Amino acid sequence: MATPTMLLLLADGRFPAGAHAHSAGLEAAVAAGRVRDLATLGEYLRGRLATAGLVAAAFAAASCRAASGSPGPSAVDGHRPAELTHLGVARRAALARLDAELDARTASPAQRTVSRRQGRALRRAGREIWPQATFDDLPATSDGPHQPLVLGLVGVAAGLEPGQVATVAAYATVTGSASAAVRLLGLDPYQVQALLVRLAGDCDAVAARAARAAEQPPERLPAAAAPLADIHAEAHVTWEVRLFAS
Amino acid sequence: MRPEFDHDESVPHTHPEPGVDPHAPLPAAARALRVGIGGPVGSGKTALVAALCRAFADELRLGVVTNDIYTTEDADFLKRAGVLDPARIRAVETGCCPHTAIRDDIGANLDAIDELIEALGPLDLVLVESGGDNLTATFSRGLVDRQIFVVDVAGGDKVPRKGGPGVTAADLLVINKTDLASMVGADLSVMDRDARARRGDLPTVFQSITEDPLATRVAGWIRHELAHHRSATAHADHPVPAGQA
Repeated sequence: MATPTMLLLLADGRFPAGAHAHSAGLEAAVAAGRVRDLATLGEYLRGRLATAGLVAAAFAAASCRAASGSPGPSAVDGHRPAELTHLGVARRAALARLDAELDARTASPAQRTVSRRQGRALRRAGREIWPQATFDDLPATSDGPHQPLVLGLVGVAAGLEPGQVATVAAYATVTGSASAAVRLLGLDPYQVQALLVRLAGDCDAVAARAARAAEQPPERLPAAAAPLADIHAEAHVTWEVRLFAS
Repeated sequence: MRPEFDHDESVPHTHPEPGVDPHAPLPAAARALRVGIGGPVGSGKTALVAALCRAFADELRLGVVTNDIYTTEDADFLKRAGVLDPARIRAVETGCCPHTAIRDDIGANLDAIDELIEALGPLDLVLVESGGDNLTATFSRGLVDRQIFVVDVAGGDKVPRKGGPGVTAADLLVINKTDLASMVGADLSVMDRDARARRGDLPTVFQSITEDPLATRVAGWIRHELAHHRSATAHADHPVPAGQA
């Protein structure tokens, strides 16, 4: 069981996994005039939470579940007893299946790339911080594993429960875009923080729903999506000048 | 591109086979020397990168990572100058936080360096150009081996006195655009005195890319650092600490 401090460390925006460079679609939404002020930011964040946030939280929790029944302690000793090897194989298969299911839920190729790039960044941080953790069980895709899957494994390394991992994912969904809005629109940071405080209950509810969903087989995990966000993401990668990577 | 000096055909010499990489293979343990180039907006970081690309074109296997707001004009700037194949450049978006990407959260830059090496094979030198920032920006030692801080005389001759980690602690301070000093009323002797006071024994170079398009002194400093880096990599038990080269 993770300590409260461990949970706070993972949720901190200063955790070095590249979050500062991503607006999660907000830069494109601002350019399209859809997010202009605190009220439209609030709508945007609610939308993100109900779609991408729910899906990311569910897959992160599912990845944490798939990985936590694992031969972790033996990996620390540098060898795995033969009777535990089949657990490693099952774990790799489960993570590969989650990766494919999340790919299928991410319609926009640009967003798939972004998720895998963020996954690579988080895996780099995870490997440096928890050298004994087994990030090699993630699918060996050349462009990196999806971010929520890596978050699940980081959660295991940090001793988090699947529900806590879902909370981190849901929290990051709203705080990342909110921080980008402060930078892009010059919104009053106190007002934005007050908005996040008002959204805290929604965030907890989404995390709880995601954690319950994660108990189901991969194909039954949530598939909420927002076509406009997909279209914005596809347009965003074609811009000549971008301040944010997504 | 060819170096810009007279080529004396009366002296016996050979040319490398076209299509054959003339560089000796690096020892397995060697990795590229990573040099960060930081400094305020408009101080001439991209022009310095272009000059170094020109200087090293036929000498080193080079990669460039840029964190600046990177437009097709920037790419064209390097392409037009004929100095660097666009395949050797990677741009990193910094989400309005140029200092974060080079100091606190360096993964995207490390990924960009990895991608360059995956695509191009081993490199000798990687230049990481920061986004234009302010005097408080500095590179993480987890990202670069050495860092150059670029300020320019048009930014005011008080800049070295103001200090900040770039001015005081960069392995090399470049005071750029010296050709403009008389036009902007900047006193180079004041900048020199203040830089010495701030930096102790660390080196400072005064430079004008207009007058010296190959940035000769900065290129010479990098060659020196590269030689140290290689010998330190060859004797990995005794790495040369930054700043003692």
